Amino acid sequence: MRTKMMAATLAAGLALSLTACGGDDDDDKFKIGIKVDQPGLGLKESDGSFSGFDVDMARYIAEGLGHDLDDVEFVEAVSANRETFLENGTVDMILATYSITDERKEKVDFAGPYYVAGQDLLVRADDDSITGPESLDGKTLCSVTGSTSAQRVKDEYSDKVQLQEFDSYSKCVDALLGGQIDALTTDDIILAGFAQQHPGELKVVGSPFSEENYGVGLPKDSEDRDKINDLIEEAFEDGAWEKAFNDNLGDSGYPLPETPPTVDRY
Amino acid sequence: MDVIIEAFPDILQAFWLNIRLALYSGVLALVLGTLLAAFRVSPVPLLRLIGTVWVNTIRNTPLTLVITFMLFGLSYQLGVTFSDTISENVFWLAVVGLGVYTAAFVCEVLRAGINTVDVGQSEAARSLGFTFTQNLRLVILPQAFRAVIAPLGSTFIALIKNTTIAVVIGVTTAEGINESSGLMRTLIEFNGDQTILIFAVFALGFVIITLPIGLLTSWAAKRLGGVR
Amino acid sequence: MKSASGSVLYDVPGPRARARNMVLNVIGAVLIAAAGWYVYDKFAQDPKGPQTSQWDPEKWKPFLEGDTWDNFLLPGIEGTLKAAALAAVLAMAFGTLCAVGRMSTIRPVAWIAAAVIEFFRAVPLLIMMIFLWLAPTKLFGADANVFLAVVLALMFYNGAVIAEVIRAGVQALPRGQREAGAAIGLTNAQVMRLILLPQALRAMLPAIVAQLVVLLKDSALGYIIGYAELLRQGNNIATNNGNLVPALLVIAAIFIVMNLALTGLANWIERRTRRRGRTAATVGHADVVPPAAGTGAAL
Repeated sequence: MRTKMMAATLAAGLALSLTACGGDDDDDKFKIGIKVDQPGLGLKESDGSFSGFDVDMARYIAEGLGHDLDDVEFVEAVSANRETFLENGTVDMILATYSITDERKEKVDFAGPYYVAGQDLLVRADDDSITGPESLDGKTLCSVTGSTSAQRVKDEYSDKVQLQEFDSYSKCVDALLGGQIDALTTDDIILAGFAQQHPGELKVVGSPFSEENYGVGLPKDSEDRDKINDLIEEAFEDGAWEKAFNDNLGDSGYPLPETPPTVDRY
Repeated sequence: MDVIIEAFPDILQAFWLNIRLALYSGVLALVLGTLLAAFRVSPVPLLRLIGTVWVNTIRNTPLTLVITFMLFGLSYQLGVTFSDTISENVFWLAVVGLGVYTAAFVCEVLRAGINTVDVGQSEAARSLGFTFTQNLRLVILPQAFRAVIAPLGSTFIALIKNTTIAVVIGVTTAEGINESSGLMRTLIEFNGDQTILIFAVFALGFVIITLPIGLLTSWAAKRLGGVR
Repeated sequence: MKSASGSVLYDVPGPRARARNMVLNVIGAVLIAAAGWYVYDKFAQDPKGPQTSQWDPEKWKPFLEGDTWDNFLLPGIEGTLKAAALAAVLAMAFGTLCAVGRMSTIRPVAWIAAAVIEFFRAVPLLIMMIFLWLAPTKLFGADANVFLAVVLALMFYNGAVIAEVIRAGVQALPRGQREAGAAIGLTNAQVMRLILLPQALRAMLPAIVAQLVVLLKDSALGYIIGYAELLRQGNNIATNNGNLVPALLVIAAIFIVMNLALTGLANWIERRTRRRGRTAATVGHADVVPPAAGTGAAL
């Protein structure tokens, strides 16, 4: 009886894990890594669809590469997994607030940048006392665990700011709306997504104090890189870039930069 | 090795933060847990109900959620604030969360201990005219505690390890140093080539803290628990 | 005392005690109602900010919609169960192996097994998980696999605890069992495999299942390293709808239901094994599950 029960448990467990590991693994799809928890950039909606600036840009590029939108599959790419996802072929390209850095260039290729973001602050709409990182003394600043952005503010701009770390931006936003913290810091376009989600309640301060070049992450030595660079420039010219921004972030009160970035064909 | 030497003061502070969390919440859990155990065996039906609901709710909720609720429910909604300094405030909220959670386990351990006390003890006490509280306080609990020294030790060890979960509400020292799991993560992120060494140091730290407690409680259990 | 819980601790209530208990019940009920109302009220109005009430129907509506379940909650539950089920099977195997190793008559094997068990019991699960998550990338530039990190960390820790539970079970068996096995010419390994382990596993099944409840609950830590389990999906719901507190409450309720179901299963198994327990050796010892193995470790 014991053996039977053990065997049954084992079988059930294995079956569960097997069905889970198998499944949707067909290679015909064009797989794009995106964020799923950043409103305005890459968000999984309640109905299971994806929306955001990164997502719209990804669709534009996929179409330009000759893929049918029905063959495009979006995959969640959390920050820590982005390089490995490209290296082991889990995804074919990544648009997920992915900053171009020299360190990353050693492992993956980048097209773009398609957007230049900068570290900024998100505050309550009626809060005029915070105008930049220098005005944070005595205030409380939120950021997510594992990012150094808040520590940088404390070290370089305001040593009297109090820091609160959470494991997700949504917790920071909740506490910001509730008045328990005064500001949230990360890239301005990410902040704009939250401002868009809570119109009239939150605003981006708008004095970025760093520069992050968002690029399209590709596997090393990808053949598509030049083509994608062309497509990004095309999107700047034919208005697709502006539309992608306005559709997703137009109500955030955060303005689209006047000139698009210059594509870096390194 | 340089990483460890350089970060050593931080590492000590991180561990000290975990130990402080464990000490304060351990005391809270012991007091609350004893009270809950008394509730669960009390003659008043409502108290028994409270005890049962508490234990079954808290024990089945992930600790991450319990601690998160302390900040977003207890502090943000109910306005319970221990300090205006954030690091102080989240520290004490984490203490409450860990204490409330561990109390449910202390309660169950104690209840098992109460069951090991010979029925004759209680009968003798009652025949002497002891009330329920007197019986519990003077006769039953002192014996029950001796019987459960070892499992209480295991519960405390588990509590020490659980303090690492306080990272979810961002518990840090006044200087902004994370507790040990957060600090280990940061150190590995920035010194990837030393991953094994960094992990070994933190793992060893917990072995050093928990091993003596295990040995001490099983020694104490043998010395004190055998009296029957 | 075991039968009617606690009834030996106090006299059967007489008229006065009953009246007093009644009064205490009523006072208590009033206090609880007051506290409940206070909490309700405080959740309804935000102390400082412009936020709406946590009871705003808009914040709860998503949980009544099929889409939310199809796209977030059900995949989350699946993620949690998948990791927990695989980890449970592996932890049983790892735990049995370690237990047998620790009881081996070959000294070095016993020492190594003991060291392995003590190490994995001492290291916090979260520390182990973060290490297993970051190590492959940092050391070999390999794929960071959150699923495997969660499963393996759960396996190591719970396996070590289960090993000690099994060992306690074997040690609780009467010496005659081992001696009888040796007397009919079985080797040590055969005695362990054919006589001791089967009985110990059965006797300790309730404690083992209790540990599996812990494992299920601990799988929520996978959230911290980004594994798409229930808690993380709850967080994604909150990102979508700006309803963090309701989302956390719903997730907690789902966890409680899942764990109560598993505990119910454990109790059912316990009753069944007791009724069925034919082995003389097990019957006498089935309820001597030391609290050290059962409750203490179950955190």
